[in-house]
Amino acid sequence: MTALDPTDVFRAEAAELLACLETTLLDLGDRPEDRGLIDTAFRALHTIKGSGAMFGFEQVAAFTHDFETAFDRVRRGEVRVSVDLVNVSLSAKDHIRTLIEDPDATAPVIGEAILAELGRLVGGGAGTAAAPLPGEAAQAPEVPAGWRIGFSFDPDILRNGTNPLALLDELRDLGACTVVPRLDALPDLEALDPEALAIGWDVTLLGAVSREAIEDVFLFVRDEMSLSLAPLAAAPEAPSPEPAPVSEPSPPPVPALAASPAAPAAARATPRRTEERAATTVRVEAQRLDALMDRVGELVIAQARLSQLAGLQEDPAIKAISEEIERLSARLRDTTIGIRMVPIGSLFGRFRRLVHDLSRDLGKPVDFVTEGEETELDKTMIERLADPLVHLIRNAIDHGIEDPARRGAAAKAATGRIALTAEHVGAQVLVSVSDDGAGLDAARIRAKAEEKGLVQPGAVLTDQQIYQFLFAPGFSTAREISALSGRGVGMDVVKKTIESLRGTIDVSTDPGAGTTVVLRLPLTLAIIEGLLIRVGDGRYVVPLSAVEECVELPESERSERGRDFLDIRGDLVPFLRLRQLFGATDAPDPHQKVIVVSVGEARVGLVADQIIGNHQTVIKSLSKLQADVTTFSGATILGDGTAALIIDVGQLVTGGRADPVREFQEVA
Amino acid sequence: MSDASATVRGDGTLQVVMLRIGSETFALDAGMVREIIDPIPATRVAGARSHLDRIVNVRGNVVPLADIRERFGMKPAATTPDTRFVVIEVEIDGDPVVVALVADKVFEVREIDFGNQQPVPKVGAPWKPEYIKGIVKCDDEFVIMPDIKKTLI
Repeated sequence: MTALDPTDVFRAEAAELLACLETTLLDLGDRPEDRGLIDTAFRALHTIKGSGAMFGFEQVAAFTHDFETAFDRVRRGEVRVSVDLVNVSLSAKDHIRTLIEDPDATAPVIGEAILAELGRLVGGGAGTAAAPLPGEAAQAPEVPAGWRIGFSFDPDILRNGTNPLALLDELRDLGACTVVPRLDALPDLEALDPEALAIGWDVTLLGAVSREAIEDVFLFVRDEMSLSLAPLAAAPEAPSPEPAPVSEPSPPPVPALAASPAAPAAARATPRRTEERAATTVRVEAQRLDALMDRVGELVIAQARLSQLAGLQEDPAIKAISEEIERLSARLRDTTIGIRMVPIGSLFGRFRRLVHDLSRDLGKPVDFVTEGEETELDKTMIERLADPLVHLIRNAIDHGIEDPARRGAAAKAATGRIALTAEHVGAQVLVSVSDDGAGLDAARIRAKAEEKGLVQPGAVLTDQQIYQFLFAPGFSTAREISALSGRGVGMDVVKKTIESLRGTIDVSTDPGAGTTVVLRLPLTLAIIEGLLIRVGDGRYVVPLSAVEECVELPESERSERGRDFLDIRGDLVPFLRLRQLFGATDAPDPHQKVIVVSVGEARVGLVADQIIGNHQTVIKSLSKLQADVTTFSGATILGDGTAALIIDVGQLVTGGRADPVREFQEVA
Repeated sequence: MSDASATVRGDGTLQVVMLRIGSETFALDAGMVREIIDPIPATRVAGARSHLDRIVNVRGNVVPLADIRERFGMKPAATTPDTRFVVIEVEIDGDPVVVALVADKVFEVREIDFGNQQPVPKVGAPWKPEYIKGIVKCDDEFVIMPDIKKTLI
């Protein structure tokens, strides 16, 4: 952590804050009255402004300042949150991001236009758009002669670097203060933890100070304290019926409980805040994690060599230590993979904006539902999933969901529904995008595929096979090309990306009721459990997650009879002879084995010469120069230092009949 | 690799690794050569193109083993005691790609006069012109400067 450029730190922090701001603004669109959200958005703005100025991002600071000023009126309850306000705020947020990332790319005019729009909405002329909140209108000009302020903090607040004395000083700046500490929660000297804050304060502040000015003092610690505010008795008590929702109705000063009322807000609090609270998280560069993963990969390879050697030795001590190292490296591997796991919710959050904007642009009201945000996936995988999901969601809204008139005719709710869900199933993660639109029209897709020459007219295809044409390059059934989709670009990108992640795509549809696209993905990209097999003189790895069982090839199937089916407990299982696919020339083993693998819903047998055993497989991708090889998803290095290929079961079995398979079929 | 490679010196000379593949002598820009290793066991990749149909483990990385004989119209040959794998790095679509190249014999690293380069004759050369950057007279011999990137792709 030596040479970190501070502006990079600012950029990273600002990116998180902006993401938080966006979520909060979108939430505000749904719940305009939620004060917690308004405060969160305001704090995010305030922090961006402050650190922007600190790191020399003057434009950012200036723009954010104006944005903040406008938003302050919302925070003070002078202006209601409206859909327009949310939209303008979102574009203001985008503008801040541009200012940070590429300040030269924007003209000041854009910023001014946004601010002008914002200013119009929050109402210089408190008229049409800006309706003041009821009740507060009468209260606003009312300034009492003084305040009685009671507050206590979360005991951990000192550890986060907050200095309550500085806050007291800030109160003193507002007017003459009498400060009385609350000592009732103070433990005995022996039990005293010097790092925990056990005292609260009661302050009597004299002076014509507004409620907002006092709340501003506590702005950044609001989630970690309880605050009660009461105007001094000298002022008439009548005007404020019950102090605005910001102040809790004077809770008992129990510091330990103080944090809990603020918890819902804290869940959505700014990332900076979360980081402060969870003092045990460390921000690490992704590159370092990648390097760690590489080292662990090398360790696992070296360990595999060691256990192979130890297996040949008689010495029990060597065997014991080899087993010990095997166990340790397996655990280290799991821990390292665990470090790279990130909840997918961070990705889902990004799509709310997409759905919001698309729904506005297309005039199709859409509810966006997410589920399983806590599902963890490899970080690299999450990043690479972003594009495919954008395409899928776009397609779902543009093509899937009908326009409100047509929905009305089909007796559906006018508001469409897009659900984005994630769940763990075995060693896979399923991410699905579903809509409640019109569903796919298999006949139309088929007609289009025939027209494009992707399939012979009259060929027998399952619906699932027909839907896969959607992912062919340049394929679109849209009759009109819109700005968003219909050009046939996109879905093939989805397919390519998902395949490069060793995943598969399933499409299911219910005519009239919607379409679901399920992406099945492996948990991690770096290391898998594999089954090492031998075919001829070559060794190959089959991902263990795909393996269902291994059986011996029955005598009757040894010789080729033109049909290659097995009867496994009454089920018909077709099988592929790997020796033929891989062109093995030496004499086959007398006892051929069948590895039964599952691919989607199908089961297929792979015939090999020998099953060697389990293998911790560190995946090394094949060179760019060999990108045309689709049968193998990568390679790994075996204990003896030679490379072995990892069979891409999906490609081998279903993947549009890759070359060797087709040759094989023609031969057979 | 481009012609404006950093290894072309101010006086127009270029540091090259001289090697023999089949019946021809090739000169590879020394700047792209990472190391020269003895032959190691290779794994055949079913379904790959024939000049890149094997992979080897070079210091923990799986890299393709390229045999460019076929690209230059020569017959495949068995490994001899002189055979070496020349590990080179080429840039493809902006990413560095490491490849091990089979050479029947590696001679030396020497300087050649880049200015002495001659265009590939239209007749008399059995090779595809795009695989060759130029032919350089070196001592008494014509040496092929291959365009490795195009040869491999």
